[in-house]
This record gives sequence, C-alpha cells and structure tokens, in this order.
Amino acid sequence: MKPAVFLRGGNRCVLAALLAAAVLAFAPPARAVTIERVVSPAGIEAWLVRNPTVPLIALEFALRGSADQDPVDKAGVANLAADLLDEGAGPFDAMAFHDRLERKAIELSFSAGRDSLRGTLRTLKENSEQAFDYLGLSLAEPRFDSEAVERIRAQIMSRLRRETVSPRDVASRNWWATAFPDHPYGRPVEGTLESLPRISADDLRSYTRRVLARDQLKVAIVGDIDAQAAGALLDRAFGKLPAKAELQMVSPVVAQGMGRRIVIQLDVPQAAVSFGGPGISRSDPDFMAAYIVNHILGGGSFSSRLYREVREKRGLAYGISDSLVWLNYTALMIGSTATRADATGKTIEIIEHEIRRLAEEGPTEDELAKAKTYLKASFVLGLDTSNRIASQLVQMQLDSLGIDYIDRRSGLIDAVTLADAKRVAKRLLDNGLLVTVVGRPTGLSSKESD
Amino acid sequence: MGGELHESKLVLHTIFRITAALLAALAGGDLAIAGTDISHFALANGLEVVVIPDHRVPVATHMIWYKVGSADETPGKSGLAHFLEHLMFKGTAKNPLDRFSQIVATIGGQENAFTSSDYTGYFQRVPKNELKHMMELEADRMTGLALTDDVVRPELDVVLEEQNMRVANNPAARLGEQMEAALYLNHPYGRPVIGWRQEIEQLTREDALAFYRRFYTPNNAVVVVTGDVTVDEVRTFAEQTYGQVGPVTEIKPRVRPQEPVQEAARTVTLADARVAQPSVSRYYLVPSSTTAQAGESEALELLAHILGRGSNSRLYRSLVVNDAIAVNAGANYDSTALDATRLSVYATPKPGISLAQLEQALDDVLADVIARGVTAEELDRSKSRMVADAIYANDNPRTMAQWYGAALTTGSTVEQVRAWPERIRAVSADAVRDAARHWLDKRRSVTGYLIKDSHPQEKRS
Repeated sequence: MKPAVFLRGGNRCVLAALLAAAVLAFAPPARAVTIERVVSPAGIEAWLVRNPTVPLIALEFALRGSADQDPVDKAGVANLAADLLDEGAGPFDAMAFHDRLERKAIELSFSAGRDSLRGTLRTLKENSEQAFDYLGLSLAEPRFDSEAVERIRAQIMSRLRRETVSPRDVASRNWWATAFPDHPYGRPVEGTLESLPRISADDLRSYTRRVLARDQLKVAIVGDIDAQAAGALLDRAFGKLPAKAELQMVSPVVAQGMGRRIVIQLDVPQAAVSFGGPGISRSDPDFMAAYIVNHILGGGSFSSRLYREVREKRGLAYGISDSLVWLNYTALMIGSTATRADATGKTIEIIEHEIRRLAEEGPTEDELAKAKTYLKASFVLGLDTSNRIASQLVQMQLDSLGIDYIDRRSGLIDAVTLADAKRVAKRLLDNGLLVTVVGRPTGLSSKESD
Repeated sequence: MGGELHESKLVLHTIFRITAALLAALAGGDLAIAGTDISHFALANGLEVVVIPDHRVPVATHMIWYKVGSADETPGKSGLAHFLEHLMFKGTAKNPLDRFSQIVATIGGQENAFTSSDYTGYFQRVPKNELKHMMELEADRMTGLALTDDVVRPELDVVLEEQNMRVANNPAARLGEQMEAALYLNHPYGRPVIGWRQEIEQLTREDALAFYRRFYTPNNAVVVVTGDVTVDEVRTFAEQTYGQVGPVTEIKPRVRPQEPVQEAARTVTLADARVAQPSVSRYYLVPSSTTAQAGESEALELLAHILGRGSNSRLYRSLVVNDAIAVNAGANYDSTALDATRLSVYATPKPGISLAQLEQALDDVLADVIARGVTAEELDRSKSRMVADAIYANDNPRTMAQWYGAALTTGSTVEQVRAWPERIRAVSADAVRDAARHWLDKRRSVTGYLIKDSHPQEKRS
C-alpha cells in the first residue's frame, strides 16, 4: 500500500486537484490529494480515493471477458449471468439475498458489456463489512437456482420483445450485426429470442468459473475509508476468487460495411438512424487528437457541428451525437439521431456532408482551442458522485493509463496541434460510413456501397 | 406533478424522473451528513434562494426554478411552458443567440433545463469561481429574452421531434398520456407536459413571449446553489445579479381547476401493431405531499415502497416470484406536486398469461394490503432503505438541488424537506393500512391496457 500520486492544489479529492491545475485561474491553497494504490493482504489491488464527508463507500470494478466469451449459438450467457449474480448466493436464495441487501440499504448490481463485466456497490459506512461479504458471496458462490434463472430469463426476453419494435434498438442492433459479421461484437450482448432459451445453468456456471478471477480484476473505491480498512474489505469481496481466468481468444477486428446503408421498415412516425465507422484505439498515439476531433464533430456539448447543423439550424432532430468507442478488440466512432420520415434522407446527407467536410478540411484553430478548454474542464465537472469517480478510476485501469493519468491528461490535450487534428480528422473520418435506418423514411432505400 | 419532465437539450443525464424512490433523497435533520447546513433567504424583489454547501470539490451547481409548468398554461396552448424552456436558450439583447451556452461550454461546464407540470428549471454546473457569472447570465435571461422567427421556427420542429421520440414512436408512452388524461377529469395535470401535438404545432413566438412576461419574474423563482460556496457569498452575488432585476410582475395564486368527486373507475386500452410486450397499469388519484393531511403523504410513500419498489416488494414477490405469471411488477408514487397526484401500480405478463388474469392477481395483492395492512418487518426494511437514500443523496449535488427546488416550487418548505427522514420514521403500520384503505379506491382510478393490435388497418397508401 503506497501513496501513488500527489496532485497540486484543490480540495480533498482528485477532481478538485484537476480543476485547480487545469481550470481555475485562482487555485485554492495547495493541499495534497491522493489516489492511493491499495494492495490487500491477499494481493488484490485497488485504487482508492478517501472522502470522509459523506458516510458511504462506493466500489466499482470490472473484469475482462463478457459477451465476447459467449458460445456462438448462445449469445446472452454473460449478460444473463451478470443479472443473476445478485439473485441468490451461498446460503441465501434470491429472496433472502435481496431482503438482506435492502435491510442494510446496500446497492449491488452487475452488468455485462461487450467485453467486460462490471459491478457496482454502494453502502453506508456502518454496513460496509456485510456489503463486501455479500459482494464476495455473489462472485464466489452464485447459485443460479432454477427459479431465479427462469425469472431473469423471462425478464430479458420481455425486454428483447420490446426492442423488436423500438426503432432505436433495431437500428443499433443492425449496425453492430452488419459491422461485425462472424464476430462476437456482431451478436447482441443481451442475446436473442432464439439464443436465450438455449442457455442452461451449466453455461452460466461455466462462464463465471472461467471469467471471475483475480488476474482480470480492476477495482476502485471512493468513500469514508482508509487504505488499511479498504484492504480488508477487498479480501472479503474478492479474496475467494481463483488467481487466473481462462479466457477464450477473441480476434481483433475492424468494422465492415462502410458505404452501406440499410433501411428497415417499421411503422413509426420518426425514423431512427445509427451511423459510424472504424475509430482509433485507446492506446494509439493519435487517440487524444481523435477524441478532440470527435468532440468537435458530434461530442456531447451543445456546440458540436452535427448538433448545430442538424438541430439548431434546421430543427431536424431533438438529439444528435456521436462518440468514440474503444473495446478490447476494435475501436469505433458511432452516432445516432432520430428524425421525421420526410426529412430522413436530408438529415443523413447533412451528417455525411459534415463528416466529409471535417475529414477534408479539419477543424478550425478556434474550434480546436474551445474543444481543448472544454475537454480539460468537463472531465472533472462530470464526476459528481463517489460512484462516478470510482467508475472513472476503473476505466483508467482498464485503459492502462497509469495512476498519474489525471495529472498528465491536460498536458496530453494541450499537446495536440492543429496539424495533428487535421491529419487525424482525415484518418478517423475518411473511411465512409455504415448507416442503418429504421422507420418509414420517405424515398430512402438500402444501398450496398457508395 | 413531477412525474414527467422534458429537457430542452440533449439528455445528458436521465435523473429527472421524479419517483417516490427519489423523494427519499432529502437531507435529514439528525443525520451527520454534508447537506444539513442549508440556508434559505429571500431578496427584496421576492426571489427565494437556497444554499446547500458541499465543499468536497471547488464546483458549484446553480439552478433557477420558476413556479410555472404545463398546468399553468392557458387551455388550447398545451406545450407552451416546455416550448418556452427551449426558447430560453435562444439569446437576449445583451447576450445574443447561444452566447450563454458558449460560455458554459468554454469553461467545460454542464447545463440543461427541464419542465414539469408545476415547474421549469435551468441549471449549470461550473467551477465555483464562475458562479457569479452564471447568476448574471441567468438574471439577464429572466427578463431579457429576445426572439426572432428565424430561431423560433426550427425550435418548434425540434420540439415536434422530441414529441415523436418520447411519445409518438412509443405505444407505452401514448397509453400513459391517455391514462393521465382520463385520470384527471378537470385538472390540467391531464395534459401532457410536452403538449398535444396539434396544439404544439400552432404555438408561436408571441405565445412564448406572453407566457414569459407573465411568469418569469424574480418573485416567481427559486435559486438553488449547491457546492463549494458560503451563504454570504451567494447572498452577495444574488443581490448583485438577481437583486437588480425589476420591475416585478404580479403573480396570481396558482389556483387550478380541482377534481370533482370521482365516482367511476375508468379503463383505457391502447392497441397497436407495434406492441410486442403487453402490460397493465393503474393510476389512482391520491394526495401529494402538498395537499395531504399530516402524515398521509409519508404513509403513501411507504405504501408504494412496500407494494412495489424492488425485488422485496409485495407485487414483485407475489406476481413475479411466487405466482410466476409476470415478468415484472411494481408501484410508484409521485409525491412532489402542487395538486392531487397519482399512485401507480403496474405489471407485465409472461407469455400466455392474459391481462385479465394478471389484473386479478394484482387486485388480490392490493386487497390483501387493504384488509390486513403491512407487517412490522416490511415497514422497518422500507424505512431503513428510504432513510439511507437521504444519506446517499448527499453524495450528489444535483440530487440535493433537485429536491429542494422541486419541493419549493410545489408548495413545500425547506423545513419540511429537512424533516423528511423523521416524518418517514414516524409512519405507523396502521397509517399505511389506512392510506391503502382510503386511497386504493377504484372509483378514483384509471386502468390501462397495452395490447397488440393483431389486425391493424393500413393507414398509409
């Protein structure tokens, strides 16, 4: 257990330090701030931010190996398993387990992503030992009782039935299936109405036995707790896990289908559109430039080019944005919008035009400067709860960014030059787009390529 | 009422669904937590200010809440409160076009806005040394709005797309609108916050400006600041910014047409070819925290929790676990409202189970709680959970600001919010049973059925 990074200025946590360093013209008096690297007695590592002002403890963790590990004909195993981890463990069946959690106001949940499994825990400080014990039980001794398996399976299938008539979900699903044929990323994380009935409790046990292991674990804790106490809690939660996971190999892959447009008819007044293409991986030296370029194109702020052109100037959509997505075996830029039937073709034209224009001309000096200022400061302002901070610390570990990353991040953003941004805009945005449309768009049909 | 809110901008965070669960997110009197040091004062021009210090990070969350929502609209102009909220981002004489948003973006801040039946709110989360700047900009936009048809027209299209996205594309949301309309025989809560589509289409720049002049005035607003601030500095900033806004408009009491005695249970069925998962739900007309007798709203909170929050609730255990006839079931109570609100129960059947069978099972659960009340164990568990939520709320500055803002714009006071955990603790099992007996009365309810239309007519050529 050693303190790993001290940041200048700020308050009692990492956010404040970043703000002081990056944003505030008048930094508050310097105080040391720490993200501690905690190693438990059993050797479990976690990043810790101490915050004594609210008597709670937030924990987030992630493990590599999720839907990408699903058998080809059994999409949805990892997701079903994740939904069942808090549905009975050790001596407690599902109802007994939920009763115990609620009595102590312990919030525990798990979710499966495309290639990582995540867990989140929030507890009052006074109940922290029990909370971490319950987490430990759910990871080491999940029961997968048939009552719970059938109940949760039915819930997921109900959601899937709903999604078959939700234009946004259909558009997104088809985008991924087309971009990644014959790859786990092309199969829905939740599975399908056909695959879910094929999943047995043994499939779930096989998944958790192979994947839930210490070598894949990334953990962060934020709250009213010191390093020593955190170490003890870590062992309660993760100490019983085997040392090594047995992950199946997954091939790196590049999104396919660029230039294609797929139109799926659904009788709704508003058409949903998914669009995207290959991105730039998190470890690529051009990543930060790509991140800035994407912010200018369609990132979350109200001043992106897509937002201005599609929404502000023309009123074609309520929302439009895109983001960079980085996974273990691929990278993407992917966006979405929804627009009325008779404007769908025009909206897609504008999106394609803006992407082409940014690829060819790059951003302006002014756009680059504004994007940099925004991205430096918003990182911190967005982290407003203990769980959100912990989640960010887990992401930094998954991305191998180093415990000093927050200290270095502003420098990395500032280092991106206009020439970098132009070069990377071309690299990121000149690959063509795969577009999926669901609705009854006027005069728009599928096409194979440009 | 707080159940339905619409944000003008991209939905950055989906925290604006006010539920019974979130009502729990209030600061508690005897809890040793960050949000207990809450101040409340008024400026000479009538503007109320609430300050909730949270010194963890040098950040401030600034919100302004206007005491106006869709229930304050003139009949025939539904959607106007929400449309105006969108137009508030279109600039003033002093800060034209999107300068305000540009400033927020430049400092990396977050901003958004929301509209409900009873209130309209705007917020920014910024580095604390930008707080006064935000107050200046927000004070300017309280009276300085400048609108041209060039910006109003495209924004109306944006709102229509929002209506498409939230409602028209979604059969369950369409049924929800019809059920609300049926629940309220007389009160404007029966109108959707976003408006009826044919009325939204007719809204004009003049409508928006008239509504703005009528309701946007310091004596009709509450400012809530959470973050690394002191009461004194917020007071000084408020006086220097909002304090300069005048003249004030006279605000009439918010007297809306009230519900008559409801005598007939109603049912609403929405059949659509795009329903892949049927469901049944029921809304009961019940008192809000503002209209209830002492203790009654708190009893309804616990009733809704015990009936339908989470895996331990009666509806879930009975319908989903024991009978295994539903994939989901629950209940919800929207307590934060100026006038009578709703308690809802719902269930989603497993394939092969009819809605009639499911509704019967749901009614059996309600009948049991009416006849026999709740157990001490259930009551304790629910209270622990709800009171803990008040502590968790202190971890989220926006949740705190949200709760004080919503309470103060729907007729509650700071003191009532602070005392909420004690009021929850004080609820007896008898009070919960009595609330069930009195308020789970079908004559004051609407039951909605969402079903698949197997024989849709071709509506288009």
